[in-house]
Amino acid sequence: MTTGAELPAPVPEVQPETAAFWEATSRGVLLVQRCTACGTSVWYPRFLCSNCHSSELKQVEASGRATVYSFTLTTRGILEYKDCGPYVLALVELEEGPKMLTNIVECDPETLSIGQSVQVVFHDTGAGSALPRFRPAA
Amino acid sequence: MTIRRKAFIAGAYEHPGRELPDRSIAQIHAEVALGALADAGLTLADVDGYFTGGDAPGLGGLAMADYLGLAVRYMDSSDMGGSVYLSHVGHAAAAIATGKCSVALITLGGRPRTTALRAPGQLMGAPPEAAFEPVFGMNVSAVYALAAARHIHEYGTTSEQLAEIKVAASLHAQHNERALLRKVVTVEDVVNSPMVSSPLHRLDCCVVTDGGGALVLVNEDIAKSLDRHCVAVLGHGEAIEHTKGGWQDVTVTGGVRSGRDAFEEAGVSRSNIDYVGLYDSFTITVLLALEDLGFCDKGEGGKFVLGGTLQAPFGKLPFNTDGGSLCNNHPANRGGMTKMIEAVRQLRGEAHSAVQVPDCEIALAHGTGGWLSTRMGNATVILGREDA
Repeated sequence: MTTGAELPAPVPEVQPETAAFWEATSRGVLLVQRCTACGTSVWYPRFLCSNCHSSELKQVEASGRATVYSFTLTTRGILEYKDCGPYVLALVELEEGPKMLTNIVECDPETLSIGQSVQVVFHDTGAGSALPRFRPAA
Repeated sequence: MTIRRKAFIAGAYEHPGRELPDRSIAQIHAEVALGALADAGLTLADVDGYFTGGDAPGLGGLAMADYLGLAVRYMDSSDMGGSVYLSHVGHAAAAIATGKCSVALITLGGRPRTTALRAPGQLMGAPPEAAFEPVFGMNVSAVYALAAARHIHEYGTTSEQLAEIKVAASLHAQHNERALLRKVVTVEDVVNSPMVSSPLHRLDCCVVTDGGGALVLVNEDIAKSLDRHCVAVLGHGEAIEHTKGGWQDVTVTGGVRSGRDAFEEAGVSRSNIDYVGLYDSFTITVLLALEDLGFCDKGEGGKFVLGGTLQAPFGKLPFNTDGGSLCNNHPANRGGMTKMIEAVRQLRGEAHSAVQVPDCEIALAHGTGGWLSTRMGNATVILGREDA
């Protein structure tokens, strides 16, 4: 079971529109975009609001609190995850609203449940960015 | 403006191979093209419209049009994953209805079982979500599992109910001598098979095979001139669903909209459908399709499939009588084409006698391409017997 810091931390390809997001992760900060036109928070970071199509998005520091929306213990990793053993892939619902794909770490998958509270943790990629993952909230 | 009864499927062909290490992918496309045209009583020289998805080698349909020597005046190489061949049926019917072409060829071919599959959609660089999904180990069975886990949580669906879908497919596959998996399995076999991505077991997943398939659509005049029994395209719908900026409901697919549009265009109701071909990448894909197409209410799919509902020939809604992608084949990791081909067999009365639906007049074929939980392309086609 790979549920801790030994999980691979692939380096994300940073685009101009995601540079601020990834820079913040290196400081342990999770940014979420909020549309100033319609108020919707958006995941993943992008140039325009996928709800109202305004490009007036501002970066908001997320609380880092979320709940598990769905999760799977998967044995079929590909690419960097090919040989890492089973791990938990999840959709978590951020306190700000949107769902994000991530991993749940530092957990026993047997006792993990949908609706459970989780808290963001950051795993350094070694390239000026860190992957936002989640662990069960204390 | 409608495509209803403007285009007719005159030819359908499924590649007999499941492991094809000695064929190029281009050759597989050519073999299925020849097979479908021969079935129609037509030749490559008759084709003036060509439709292909991301499995075709080369840029769009250019390389295959060259390889096949086609004289094409209408081409569509759009892609939305494994459901795109159903989408192509709708596009070809629209092109025929407006006179843009008169003989449309759709081909599929691939070798994921005996060679590394060319990753589709990578030609123009990584997609925008690349830095936010693969880095967390996103994989195909896992994102389908996320939808299944949420459906179980919200509606109390069980693994045993999902397994009923595989059981029905295996009962059909035993009669298909070409099916990769012909062994009849039980609910216990499915739920006791190894977990791939919880809650999906190995037997909840489709097979990996080489192979291919093709369809030929023609206009009404040509259909009347052919000796072959043709199948009328009655309606089509398609819909893209995606994450909506993180606000998706993973228990709902684009089948809600593609199905609604297809039924409206065809002018038929759910109770008129004698047979369904449902792209079965995983058992959960079928369950969500049944709900979203309106054969049962949202959340009731697990109960709906109990009691042999999907089993041919006498179940309430027989499905995938060739064994589907759960048992028969999954050429190029794309299951939309073979759902069309078996639906055509049913409407022609050419399915295996053990699974032929009696007096099959109206059939529906439906696909979910791409990925549940993130982004998917759905397409629905409703077909009618030529004389129905």
